Amino acid sequence: MAAYAETAAKTVLATAGRDRDRTVKSLVFLGLLWFSLFFGVLVLVALIVSTALEGAPRFDSDLITRYSSTLSPERTGFRAGILGSLMVILVTAAMSVPIGIAAALHLEEFANKDRWYNRFIEVNLQNLAAVPSVVYGLLAVAFVTLMGIHQRGLVISGAVALSLLILPVIIITTREAVRAVPREIRDGSMALGATRWQTTWKQTLPSAVPGIATGTILGLSRAIGEAAPLLIIGTATAIRFDPNGLMSQFTALPLEIYSTTSQSREDFRVAAAAAIIVLLVMILALNGLAIFIRNKFQRSW
Amino acid sequence: MTTTTTTPAGPPSPAGLRGHPVDLSGRSRPGEAVIRAGLFAAALVSVLTTVGIVIALLRPAVEFFRDVPVWEFLGGTRWAPHDSGNPDFGVWPLVSATLVITVVALVVAVPLGLGAAMYLSEYASPKMRRRLKPIVELLAGVPSVVYGFFALTFVTPNLLQKVLHIDVGFTNALAAGLVLGVMIIPTIASLSEDALFAVPLSLRQGSFAMGANRMQTTLRVVLPAAMSGVAAAVILGLSRAVGETMIVALAAGSRPHLSLDPREGMQAMTGYIASTAGGENPVGSTSYNTLFAVGLLLFVITLIINIISIALVRRYRQEY
Repeated sequence: MAAYAETAAKTVLATAGRDRDRTVKSLVFLGLLWFSLFFGVLVLVALIVSTALEGAPRFDSDLITRYSSTLSPERTGFRAGILGSLMVILVTAAMSVPIGIAAALHLEEFANKDRWYNRFIEVNLQNLAAVPSVVYGLLAVAFVTLMGIHQRGLVISGAVALSLLILPVIIITTREAVRAVPREIRDGSMALGATRWQTTWKQTLPSAVPGIATGTILGLSRAIGEAAPLLIIGTATAIRFDPNGLMSQFTALPLEIYSTTSQSREDFRVAAAAAIIVLLVMILALNGLAIFIRNKFQRSW
Repeated sequence: MTTTTTTPAGPPSPAGLRGHPVDLSGRSRPGEAVIRAGLFAAALVSVLTTVGIVIALLRPAVEFFRDVPVWEFLGGTRWAPHDSGNPDFGVWPLVSATLVITVVALVVAVPLGLGAAMYLSEYASPKMRRRLKPIVELLAGVPSVVYGFFALTFVTPNLLQKVLHIDVGFTNALAAGLVLGVMIIPTIASLSEDALFAVPLSLRQGSFAMGANRMQTTLRVVLPAAMSGVAAAVILGLSRAVGETMIVALAAGSRPHLSLDPREGMQAMTGYIASTAGGENPVGSTSYNTLFAVGLLLFVITLIINIISIALVRRYRQEY
């Protein structure tokens, strides 16, 4: 493929200018580039080490089995937040994944790109991907009020906010996965008499599943760390029960971290640091799953 | 990817079929029109989201502007919506705080993001590139509330106060901006890397043939050629910085106050939305509706920024 040849040519070219790269100026420049590349890693290490050290006294079972407590901050726990986050993420996935995949299939496989409305949908998607997350919170408030739900901070409101937030991410990654399926697979199917929908459903979509799964999980791992939209929908932070349904009040781990950090007592800060490590582990697990799926199932044609 | 294919991979959409002799698909079966309508409806959800955002923000905002004149909101310099004795609704303190924090963030993120992009695009071999890119993108995976905690408990007390001896308060715009800058590095790096990589090889070849080394080629040939794409990346990073909430809510402060000094604590637009939504203002009151007025302003600002960025990306895609 042309792109492959281009990268190969680039490699040759990269070595071509190398003998003139030994001046002090260009070595300093290269050093700066290396620094900017690894600056992020430095920050991450500082962040994880300082947080882990601060939270170290609280790595105990109380942290995940007990509810939050203002009376005994040294034993406060994040059970409600952890369960609430898992619950709201499951509902979010159930709402956003089917809609996201359907929208991506329309845009990639069926849409006539010459039509203005399809082009409009594309530009609109690009913009939505960059709308601030608090705005999705405000939208979710209006939406559930319209549905006749006036109670604040329910699982359903949180899931609506997070679904709308990650829908653009899911659509964009699904489109990339579908686009990577080679043309021959579709042609072969249609040559055997299948309709375009049968081809999409039986050939294209199954071939794209690893890519879709990876993208979806990454989108969900972004949603699980979001606190701002949940704050806007009025999610309470002092919840002392497990969420038990769509219409149940809940709290989420990032929100509990936010409210615990805002407390002035030292014990709360230590608990927040320990909870951050729990949140990072949850996100790391999701990302690990995504990488595992990609390595295990992704095919290259 | 190793085999050479004659037909390009891609969807058999009508537009894509233009170069293709025949449409191979079988005749549609009954019921398939319903499925296709369903898929189209799913795609429309994204448009409805935008419409929903506009309506959801406009309705309470219009109510708000019935009580508070627009010029008082956009021109006033004192923001005290919850002061029942003497309320003032001048949004400038919030806007200036957002501005200060965003500028600090860009000062951090633009050089570092561009540096990483230049290395990945111009120096790294394809294999290195594949391995290093996820490392840069790791930063985007950390939740913003975690960054906020980091700014509040590490950057301010340790880095700013102890190491650099800067006289800053417990909450300040500087720490929030620095950490926010780190958070948007991946946005700027990955988009500008795309733009740099899209610059045709012949430009580099010409430069090397004239005796330039890689630094000169990168800075004087590739970077100027990719300028519109790099600008789009920076502008998208700007949009992210303006809209980010949890870092500024935790680390920048909660006192609205008109100042351009990043060492002071100040409340940004998103910070105000976060703190007010969590409070106990009665729904429908003027002080509750401020949420939507500020939200609308935020949405309009980011919308303008995003449209500029999308247009710039389109320009460099057309150029090459």
